[in-house]
Amino acid sequence: MAETVVTGTMPPRPDGEAEAAAAVVDAMAPALGLSVDPAWRGEVIAHWLATARAARLVLAFPLEDELEPAPVFRA
Amino acid sequence: MDAALASAAEIAAAVSGGRVSACTVVEATLKRIGARDPMVNAFTDVTAERARHRAEDTDRRVARGQDAGPLAGVPFAVKNLIDIAGLPTRAGSKINRERAPASRDGALVRRLEAAGAILVGGLNMGEYAYDFTGENVHDGPSRNPHALDHMSGGSSGGSGAAVAAGLVPLALGSDTNGSIRVPSAFCGVFGLKPTFGRLSRAGSFPFVPSFDHLGPFARSVADLALAYDAMQGPDPDDPWATDRTPAFTSRTIADGVSGLRIAAADGYFARGGHPEVFQAVALAAAQLGADRRIEIPEAARARAAAYVVTASEGAALHLDRLRTRAADFDPAVRDRLIAGTMIPAAWVMKAQRFRRWYRDRVLALFEEVDVILAPATPCRAPRIGQKTIVLDGLETPARPNIGLFTQPISFIGLPVAVVPVWPDEGLPLGVQVIAAPWREDLALRVAHHLERTGVARAPVAAMEA
Repeated sequence: MAETVVTGTMPPRPDGEAEAAAAVVDAMAPALGLSVDPAWRGEVIAHWLATARAARLVLAFPLEDELEPAPVFRA
Repeated sequence: MDAALASAAEIAAAVSGGRVSACTVVEATLKRIGARDPMVNAFTDVTAERARHRAEDTDRRVARGQDAGPLAGVPFAVKNLIDIAGLPTRAGSKINRERAPASRDGALVRRLEAAGAILVGGLNMGEYAYDFTGENVHDGPSRNPHALDHMSGGSSGGSGAAVAAGLVPLALGSDTNGSIRVPSAFCGVFGLKPTFGRLSRAGSFPFVPSFDHLGPFARSVADLALAYDAMQGPDPDDPWATDRTPAFTSRTIADGVSGLRIAAADGYFARGGHPEVFQAVALAAAQLGADRRIEIPEAARARAAAYVVTASEGAALHLDRLRTRAADFDPAVRDRLIAGTMIPAAWVMKAQRFRRWYRDRVLALFEEVDVILAPATPCRAPRIGQKTIVLDGLETPARPNIGLFTQPISFIGLPVAVVPVWPDEGLPLGVQVIAAPWREDLALRVAHHLERTGVARAPVAAMEA
């Protein structure tokens, strides 16, 4: 249910994306002191995957190294 | 004047002129809330005694010949993430209602009351504002007054529902990715998301501080401008509140649109939604004589970047609560937040750097145009509980995708007035009227023109159950 729709040209999905997402969630939960109930695990993984897909679109965009982050928008 | 249904401007004029007492207005409002709110579930708290005391004060001022303010006697209510003295600021959650009661009202409540308005309560919202539906597992969903089995929109669902149901002429909400604009569109009311930093957020519970905004809802553009003007001004309690001189808008909203360069957003904003969504934009553009179309560059990527920053920043705020109270969250919000704690920092930093690039490109567009029109949502209000919407022939999850067209705009803090358009007999749709930073005046002028010419309107819902 968590998959986001991002219109536009999506970079190709890496192989093993879903397995990697599951591995991240299983590894990060104890590192962060979180316990993920087995009943929630599938949804958490799906949400992480949805964000990974959105991030892939952002990561694929070339930016100059000198471009500063805009942590807060000021006109 | 029907004291329960009048506009804010009408109420203020009548109360200031001594033709109606603030007490009469408040009693009529409380009576209407008592009768109608059970249908829409917009209010989570009604501050009746406080409102009555304040109305008595207002009436005493008027009787003494004192200025009772530009919003004299106008009832209003606020999304329950804004502090109300004496109540815990629940922010739509179960966990936060165990907090100590707020010791002071939020900055915008204080400013509206300083202008004579009267707070009558707190409003329902999606948990911790991570929501586009108006549903809430703890308080029940707020309902769309124009079709009670449909969503009010989120996360400021109670704000949109309260204004559309005629419970109050004025409400406040917050908008991080669309949470004022979506409920304005779904409930058929006017909403204003000002420029990032224009209105103080002090005394409100955050969601994503990089792009949290507060703003008003109303049934007319004049009321929106009255409220907005009363709330402007620097505030040392919000580090991002602007120290610019307030730019008052009430006197300029009726200046018309002649000379304004207006274009409809093309590309990303002209696909991926139901046909009537684009029909609503076309109706507005035609009335404005705006035949120009303009492409907002990389809007899909901007939306993706907003998604990443929201997931990470929003989740970081709740890490401790997720560790200790995970079972007390709304499951639909909890699972997103848990996933958000696990997002690599490198993704978030890239999204923030992309934001700089995107901001520069979009600002350049405002050298060519003054105002850009875009749809507010990809569809009309779905039914409450509906999990998916069909976009471009594809069944997609409703929850994250309702904000498809609002996210790329708030991502860089642009001011937007949403106008409600009714292209047929069905539920309303919203059109975003987007202006350059700090030009709320232009967005409101265009919105007022659309209202005056009948393209946009915000009727009180009949609410026949």
